[in-house]
Amino acid sequence: MNSSSGKTYMSTSNSSAGWKAGDAAADQFPVGLRVLVVDDDPTCLMILEKMLRTCLYEVTKCNRAETALSMLRENKSGFDVVISDVHMPDMDGFKLLEHIGLEMDLPVIMMSADDGKHVVMKGVTHGACDYLIKPVRIEALKNIWQHVVRKRKNEWKDFEQSGSVEEGDRQLKQSEEADYSSSANEGNWKSSKRRKDDEDETDDRDDTSSLKKPRVVWSVELHQQFVAAVNQLGIDKAVPKKILELMNVPGLTRENVASHLQKYRLYLRRLSGVSQHPSNLNNSFMSPQEATFGPLSSLNGLDLQTLAATGQLPAQSLVTLQAAGLGRPTGKSGIPMPLVDQRNIFSFENPKLRFGDGQQHVNNNKQMNLLHGIPTTMEPKQLAGLHHGAQSMGNMNMQVASHGSQSSQNNPLLMQMAQPQVRGQMLNDTSLGHPPRLLSPMGQPILSNGIAANVSTRNGIQENIRAPSYNPVSQTSSMLNFPMNHAAELPGNSFPLGSTPGISSLTPKVAFQEDVNSDIKGSVGFLPSYDIFNDLNQHKPQNWELQNVGMTLDASQHSNSLQGNLNHAQSVLVQQGFPSGQVNGQNRSATVVSKAMFSSGDSTGHVNVQNGNQHLNSLLVDSTVRIKSETPTILYPDDFGQEDLMSALLKQQDAIAPAEHEFDFDGYSLDNIPV
Amino acid sequence: MERNPMRRQLQTMRKSLFDQGYLDDQFVQLEELQDDANPNFVEEVVTLYYRDSGRIILNIEQALERKTFDFNKLDAYMHQFKGSSSSIGAKKVKAESTLFREYCRSRNGEGCMRTFQQLKKEYATLRRKLEAYFQLARQAGPVETACRPK
Repeated sequence: MNSSSGKTYMSTSNSSAGWKAGDAAADQFPVGLRVLVVDDDPTCLMILEKMLRTCLYEVTKCNRAETALSMLRENKSGFDVVISDVHMPDMDGFKLLEHIGLEMDLPVIMMSADDGKHVVMKGVTHGACDYLIKPVRIEALKNIWQHVVRKRKNEWKDFEQSGSVEEGDRQLKQSEEADYSSSANEGNWKSSKRRKDDEDETDDRDDTSSLKKPRVVWSVELHQQFVAAVNQLGIDKAVPKKILELMNVPGLTRENVASHLQKYRLYLRRLSGVSQHPSNLNNSFMSPQEATFGPLSSLNGLDLQTLAATGQLPAQSLVTLQAAGLGRPTGKSGIPMPLVDQRNIFSFENPKLRFGDGQQHVNNNKQMNLLHGIPTTMEPKQLAGLHHGAQSMGNMNMQVASHGSQSSQNNPLLMQMAQPQVRGQMLNDTSLGHPPRLLSPMGQPILSNGIAANVSTRNGIQENIRAPSYNPVSQTSSMLNFPMNHAAELPGNSFPLGSTPGISSLTPKVAFQEDVNSDIKGSVGFLPSYDIFNDLNQHKPQNWELQNVGMTLDASQHSNSLQGNLNHAQSVLVQQGFPSGQVNGQNRSATVVSKAMFSSGDSTGHVNVQNGNQHLNSLLVDSTVRIKSETPTILYPDDFGQEDLMSALLKQQDAIAPAEHEFDFDGYSLDNIPV
Repeated sequence: MERNPMRRQLQTMRKSLFDQGYLDDQFVQLEELQDDANPNFVEEVVTLYYRDSGRIILNIEQALERKTFDFNKLDAYMHQFKGSSSSIGAKKVKAESTLFREYCRSRNGEGCMRTFQQLKKEYATLRRKLEAYFQLARQAGPVETACRPK
């Protein structure tokens, strides 16, 4: 057996395969667990390395977060778990945590000499699997493998649900139980298993014991039907049974509907939370990261977290949710579909939020961004609109899902999107590369692009989605995340969107990343604040910007315009966070935008770009004019702290097509949403 | 009981370091990591610690020379320093670090300066003692030097 390495342990992407194959390997587990340890303190690093080696793990040490990230990106499946210090000079540990969660979805363990409750809480809210207090003892390290297993289990479950890895999962579970009980604390294992199950509240699996439920793919159409049914019944009175009856879809079970409804409700809550307190959002965002991102964060966080936690949140569901929220927005981008009403709020808020704090916020924002996809106020009308969006999104997601399939494609994408955004920073760097595709569908249903992007991002993102850190993201973010993710990913990728003009996606990167979520919600309407973009241009749209932009775009777009615009928006989306630098250059960071843009996919004008956050914005800006205003100039540029967004956006688009963006959130007329 | 007088002396020295509170259990963790593959692991870590933390000490010193103290920065430096110190088991040094941070939080410049002086003393004392210890360990013979029976 190969105690070696990583193969046995299955890289996150093919965990199931890994597990299965290795019964023998599994016996040796956790020997050979591939750990990446990041700490700027050389003394601690040396000690940790030795300790981990003594535990028979394969250790790679790194003293800089950036280096660690690039290592991870280069070799997504090269590590099983990451241990990182909280205080590091080049990047905040929590930020790294977010990035990893979004992009690679690896379990991350934080450590610090600081054992203050608020810091530990931060770790938890950011999705860390565990938090170790320094000085770290070897006993604490001996059990880190449990986090890997737990995560894998969640992933498998997802896979399983999608029908891809049935046997693996089952086998795995069984073998896991068998193997782990011997090597680790059996009680531990079981309890963690139970815990994991408990966390899967949002999972499709109502019945945690039967993991093998065939996963339902919530396509855009299906989601639209769902939303229509919900609206018909009235959101308060919508019970799964009745919804199921109304939908009248063969093969759909009450459980499927129930779990989808749960997610949907969270999404709505998030949206409404966002919209209601735009200022809060700002506050929340602005508030120190510790503070759970304010109201939104709570929503987002909760939703996302639960979603994230479960990791299982089917991307699709999320997507659709987001789409619904957005009204249309490209399903992918989860573009913060700040309901139209909120749009303004979001756009402004988001940007602000995002930029406000800067990096830190970004983290926070990220989480918040997750919401972006979720329209803040999903009114029936909007819902309808959303449906469109959702559909598009759904398509997007779905598509993505299909691609990726492995990692909970949907989720990952969504999450990724969200995560990337959150990670904003991360996005900028690298991931963006993937998504661009999402945006690319310039004009084409962004969804497809998004999906593609998603898919691509998936790799990176998938993990992210899972990343516990991004819990918040997971939920809402799924939708939003897409944009974000894509955005993040895209940025690097240079979205083709850039071209998408007009996509009013200017919605600055709607900081999907975090702010976006929150912002978008509020701002749903992409306020074509070109001003913002201008500012943004100035500032290099750091990932965040894009993200934010995207978010805002989402908000504005939500629904139709975004869709179309999404293409444009894509760039915006891209902005989301990605790449401030990247985005700009490239496709207008459509990637970021694209996310947002996904929504814009359909409508040319619709710059659903909400996602497109900055890129879109930039794209939008330039193209916005062209885009026709459909896309609500997502540029919420106002507040987005946007300087980043703006700059990002602006960069991208020289001509920020202002305000044409009509946010016609009302009545999400997802017209022409080329899904 | 060690027959080798040097070893006996080494053991005595080691014991007193613990008894007098210079080292805590974390040091034992390091000792346990030492094995045939890394026979001088503890010494290497301690050397690395003194090299790296010396830099932080310098930063703090410079920061304390300012007219007005930037307590946040001081706290951040000390947080770093404390993390390192605790990871090698430097008990007294760690205690002084904690005290220093408290003074930072309460914005007590005087307290900070006083504590820092004390900290530097402890830091230097520990270094001396450990250097003597490692030297004796090397003389006493390889392998068992600071290793605990596994």
